[in-house]
Amino acid sequence: MDFSASFLLVMPELVLTAAGLILLLAAAWGGDKAARGISIVASLVFFAVGLMLVPSLHTGVDGPDTLAFGGLLKIDTFALFAKALIYLAAIACLVVAPAFFNGPAAGEERGMRAEYPVLILFAALGMSIMVSANDFMTLYLGLELNSLASYVLASILRKDQRSAEAGLKYFVLGALASGILLYGMSLLYGFTGGTDFASVRAGLDGELSIGQLFGLIFVLSGLAFKIAAVPFHMWTPDVYEGAPTPVTMFFSTAPKVAAVALTARVVFEVFGGQVAAWQQIVMFTALASIVFGALGAIGQDNLKRLLAYSSINNIGFILLGLAVANAAGASAMLVYLFIYVVMSLGSFTALLMLRDEDGDLYETFADIRGLAVTRPVIAWMLLVQMFSLAGIPPLLGFYSKFVIFQATVEAGLVAFAAIAIAASVIGAFYYIKFIKVMFFDDAVDLVKGKSGSGHWVLLILTGVIVSPLGYLITGSLKDLTDKAAAALFVAV
Amino acid sequence: MIGIEHYLVVGAILFVLGVLGIFINRKNVIVILMSVELILLAVNINLVAFSAFKGDLVGQIFAMFVLTVAAAEAAIGLAILVIYYRGRGTIAVDDVNRMKG
Repeated sequence: MDFSASFLLVMPELVLTAAGLILLLAAAWGGDKAARGISIVASLVFFAVGLMLVPSLHTGVDGPDTLAFGGLLKIDTFALFAKALIYLAAIACLVVAPAFFNGPAAGEERGMRAEYPVLILFAALGMSIMVSANDFMTLYLGLELNSLASYVLASILRKDQRSAEAGLKYFVLGALASGILLYGMSLLYGFTGGTDFASVRAGLDGELSIGQLFGLIFVLSGLAFKIAAVPFHMWTPDVYEGAPTPVTMFFSTAPKVAAVALTARVVFEVFGGQVAAWQQIVMFTALASIVFGALGAIGQDNLKRLLAYSSINNIGFILLGLAVANAAGASAMLVYLFIYVVMSLGSFTALLMLRDEDGDLYETFADIRGLAVTRPVIAWMLLVQMFSLAGIPPLLGFYSKFVIFQATVEAGLVAFAAIAIAASVIGAFYYIKFIKVMFFDDAVDLVKGKSGSGHWVLLILTGVIVSPLGYLITGSLKDLTDKAAAALFVAV
Repeated sequence: MIGIEHYLVVGAILFVLGVLGIFINRKNVIVILMSVELILLAVNINLVAFSAFKGDLVGQIFAMFVLTVAAAEAAIGLAILVIYYRGRGTIAVDDVNRMKG
């Protein structure tokens, strides 16, 4: 494959890089006054690169034609699907940001910084590289580009102590995770024969040596850190609570997609010949995440913290699809991922609309008592999202859990599916607590702040997708995820 | 004769020291940053040792990338630490507790 064909394959990444660098200069010259303009340009860039993905996503691409730069990157349907989801989430996080940062009381300390959209651009660029990595070197560089931008995003409200603390915690644990992952990669490199996925896979046939086994476990642990799966989840609640809410919304969507896609690629393409070695680990992590996510959320009063536990719980279901270790499981995982991103965007948008007159956010259950009386639209949309997260039919969240359980049961893992269902019943408790507080408690009428039109559009849009109307898209979604999952299993 | 295993043992010891430094350390966030560097150093020793042992350059190229990223990571870590210190006036690990639950 010649060089120009490689450049064509990575065109979205090139555009993102160019846009990121140019907008960084614009941010340096224009200052924070230019923040809104830069944000709009960044959204348009995401939209444009998203459109670039559509033709090949529609036809489906896999095999040797998808390898770029001598096998460093692999732009197949799986990568394209993940990228499309990442860009959509990034656009949503850009749309909600200006209204959050520039509230009525926003002064020098609160106002939106021009670097916010630029950092989102670079983080999304890193994620694009992550999901199309076909070599441990590109995997690491993409992961770090994403992580470094995310650390800064978490602490972007410099004067806010909680934001700085969230950034610090995220940095320390993220750096530790990168170190563990990297150590695993160095062992795999040494005990197999290269850093590209194909030669590591070739070196991993037969009985695993001690060095290879350590490499595999370190790599999986590092990835589990990045997707916040139990037992490496402890940073999630703190970071989600401390980071500014649009950033939390970003963390709970785009990087999750990227890290899950990356994990799927690593377990199927690198460890694909050693399913027995990783299947138990992933299955344990999945069930532990489901159970801890459900139990940990009980008793939480802060809504962002609660959604952090909810995301741990959802990651468990996604990993359950992965642990099935076949194309049907991977496809179910992608369906769940898509629906999870929509539900996450919807619930965080609703949280972003709970503001007081000064534009500060309300974050606890006590503040949303009787919301159904005072702000009925927000309350009903939040109800739809919560019921959907709990997996109650006929909402779309039920479909996502259904496909995961279907794949699990068809693979003969009935006991694991049963545990997951039991834990999701426990999980329903705190989702329904939202409903109880909003609909049946005496109204306190605290939520007075106005919301931007972007919030309303996003709130209604996600609400409609999650509603039973969403079943209209499940057919084409399933087709797409089947193609994407199949691409994972095509040998090159 | 010094073989590959000696390098791997040094790497493993540095890695464990780094991880313990992050978890046991109760004093000071700067020490955590140093521990992170120690972990990356362990990785680099591994990569270069394997690379020399196998006669394959990929490991050394990887080590170069790791060095570069480590520099960027340290810069960002210190920057976050500075804004944290400005807000709280301390960098003691035990005081990093604004949020609990």
